[in-house]
Amino acid sequence: MIEAIAVGMNSCGIAAGAKATYESIETELKKRNLDVTLKIVGCVGMCYNEPLVSVFTKDEIITYGNVMPDMIPRIMEEHILNGKPVEEWVVKRDWYEHGIRKTWDVDGYFDKQKKIVLENSGYINPEDIDEYIAAGGYKALKKALGMKPEEIIDIVIKSGLRGRGGAGFPTGLKWKFVKESKGEVKYLICNADEGDPGAFMDRNVLEGDPHRVIEGMIIGAYATGAHNGLIYVRAEYPLAIERLKKALSQARDKGFLGDNILGGAFSFDIKIKEGAGAFVCGEETALIQSIEGKRGMPKPRPPYPAQKGLWGKPTNINNVETWANIPWIINHGWEKYAEIGTEKSKGTKVFALAGKINRSGNVEVPMGLTLKELLYDIGGGTKTGKRIKAVQLGGPSGGCIPERLFGTSVDYESITETGAIMGSGGMVVMDEETCMVDIAKFFLDFTVKESCGKCTFCRLGTRRMWEILDKISKGKGTPDDIKTLERLAPQIMAGSLCALGQTAPKPVLTTLKYFRDEYLAHVDEKKCPAKVCRELIKYVINPDKCTGCTACARSCPVNAISGKKREVHKIDQEQCIKCRTCYEVCKFGAVEIKYTYEDD
Amino acid sequence: MEYIRTYEKSQSSLIPLLQETQKKFGYLPKIAIQEICDYLEIPLSRAYGVATFYSQFRFEPLGKYLIKICHGTACHVNGSIKIAQAVMEEFGIREGKTTEDGLVTLERVACLGCCSLAPVIMINDKVYGKLTPDKVRKLAKKLKEGELRD
Repeated sequence: MIEAIAVGMNSCGIAAGAKATYESIETELKKRNLDVTLKIVGCVGMCYNEPLVSVFTKDEIITYGNVMPDMIPRIMEEHILNGKPVEEWVVKRDWYEHGIRKTWDVDGYFDKQKKIVLENSGYINPEDIDEYIAAGGYKALKKALGMKPEEIIDIVIKSGLRGRGGAGFPTGLKWKFVKESKGEVKYLICNADEGDPGAFMDRNVLEGDPHRVIEGMIIGAYATGAHNGLIYVRAEYPLAIERLKKALSQARDKGFLGDNILGGAFSFDIKIKEGAGAFVCGEETALIQSIEGKRGMPKPRPPYPAQKGLWGKPTNINNVETWANIPWIINHGWEKYAEIGTEKSKGTKVFALAGKINRSGNVEVPMGLTLKELLYDIGGGTKTGKRIKAVQLGGPSGGCIPERLFGTSVDYESITETGAIMGSGGMVVMDEETCMVDIAKFFLDFTVKESCGKCTFCRLGTRRMWEILDKISKGKGTPDDIKTLERLAPQIMAGSLCALGQTAPKPVLTTLKYFRDEYLAHVDEKKCPAKVCRELIKYVINPDKCTGCTACARSCPVNAISGKKREVHKIDQEQCIKCRTCYEVCKFGAVEIKYTYEDD
Repeated sequence: MEYIRTYEKSQSSLIPLLQETQKKFGYLPKIAIQEICDYLEIPLSRAYGVATFYSQFRFEPLGKYLIKICHGTACHVNGSIKIAQAVMEEFGIREGKTTEDGLVTLERVACLGCCSLAPVIMINDKVYGKLTPDKVRKLAKKLKEGELRD
């Protein structure tokens, strides 16, 4: 008996064409006069298989990947009408053993994952509070309201949960400070200003299971004595904002939010604040300034927000993923949570795999897994089959970890030891075709633009570093430039108030540490080993391979390629803008990249 | 501009007010900023200070289509520079500018959070992923010919 058909409709699914898939299922159901529930669900994390369609029966869930509208009639005919799944398109199966959901998938993508934060994502309709409740939602809230606030804080401390926004401060301790701060009015904030390029964990949680975050916040508010909550979401996430708004209003209707929650004495409500596009607002003191209607510039700490935060009142700020862990900890107990992970890093962490990785998406793994397991067993290596050269953790505040250190355990301490940071969870994979000088320059370009300008070292220091990297990437660097980079970096870190400046040099320092030879190749030999830096390379046509098919000449945006049909073509180096288009369209591998100092 | 008066008279209303104003007009007209300041009783310089700090706000009218070109890490690694170049060539404008006929505004953004589909661009509210310079040129041509489906 088919219970429902579900289409993954988070931003990632929609971008992959899920709307058309959804509409075509709708049409097919109508055409065949079938009374089957069609619903939307969040993202199960297999972004590389989007659009995803799941068929729910009482005992199992069968999921199809890369479902385009033209595949729908066959699924309807064979699976929905005749009960026979179209095996060749199945990417995942879930079933229940003693009430516990088990998952199998074609790639073994889920084998090493452990779902806490994402347990509902991709399984329930995020726009329907009843589905969240049916999946055990708001049970933790009921349980928590029956406990003393101190008991809850004690549970969170013992669970070992640490802030998932990047810094890894113990969550329970933060709550305790807020609880002990004097004052009638206290605030609670959910930091959903996910700004690291390459990170999309928080977006997925908010779009796929918003009630989990809300439930965590209500429990936190009760434990710390806050009555006003705010979710600060970046404006670039319109769908997350829309689903949060729906979720908040449903929670209010059910009496989980507002005055006298569940008939008790405790009152709490949540408002949404839309960010206005400033990376630095992910920093808690800058975020508070932004909510107050000011320029989002960080303030010195102490005083910490726990003592003097929003409007000068004690304020508890936690990241989306941190809040989403709370209901599970309350439901299952701190002991169960502390069983997962390493000695100092407990529980799971959600990562966003992106870049040159084969299977990109959201994964949730127990702390202590190695990078190798994460990138190869789960992520499946690179798309091209080329060697992974490095992985960038923690965005512009983090660092590059080279392949030889992929045995590193994923936990706060071990990652910090490599020179990178755990960060919020973005993992961008790079292969041999990525130039490390170019990557360092890219991150510096980002921090130069996003520096709020308050601290001179951050404002001017990052710009100086960028200029030096630019010079090196153009083959004009000198050995002294590398020394200057290494001298500037610690000064910027010491001279900046907030994490943005304190971590901005990390991408340069880690690439210098692990890929120094690449820097030296640019400086000494004027060579870019990855053949990325434009000023150091040129595109030429190999006359032995060119068939004169004219594909390159036709695709060249500046008409720099000449040659008659069936004759060898030639690229005019004066006109060439090095856009690489010809290199990619040539089916015969005739377009080759050479260094500028080489002969054509 | 009646909506201004529905907000609480406090500086914390400034950013939401600027956001609603921009939603209404597509940009922040000077006269609207002045009204907001009069209502909140804050100097014009402060409102400009805030508005220019955040990348969301613009002070010139917007084109009919807003194309956001993602320059996040994943997109960068997957060739967003080539995508940006193709788009800029197709419309003959740089990032941050609007075409003379008011059809298209190009905007450079840090990350759209669709990294698994990199490289991506966003046209109005729709994301287009797994792009190549060729694909994006075709998209641009469709847009110019008015054949782009929303």
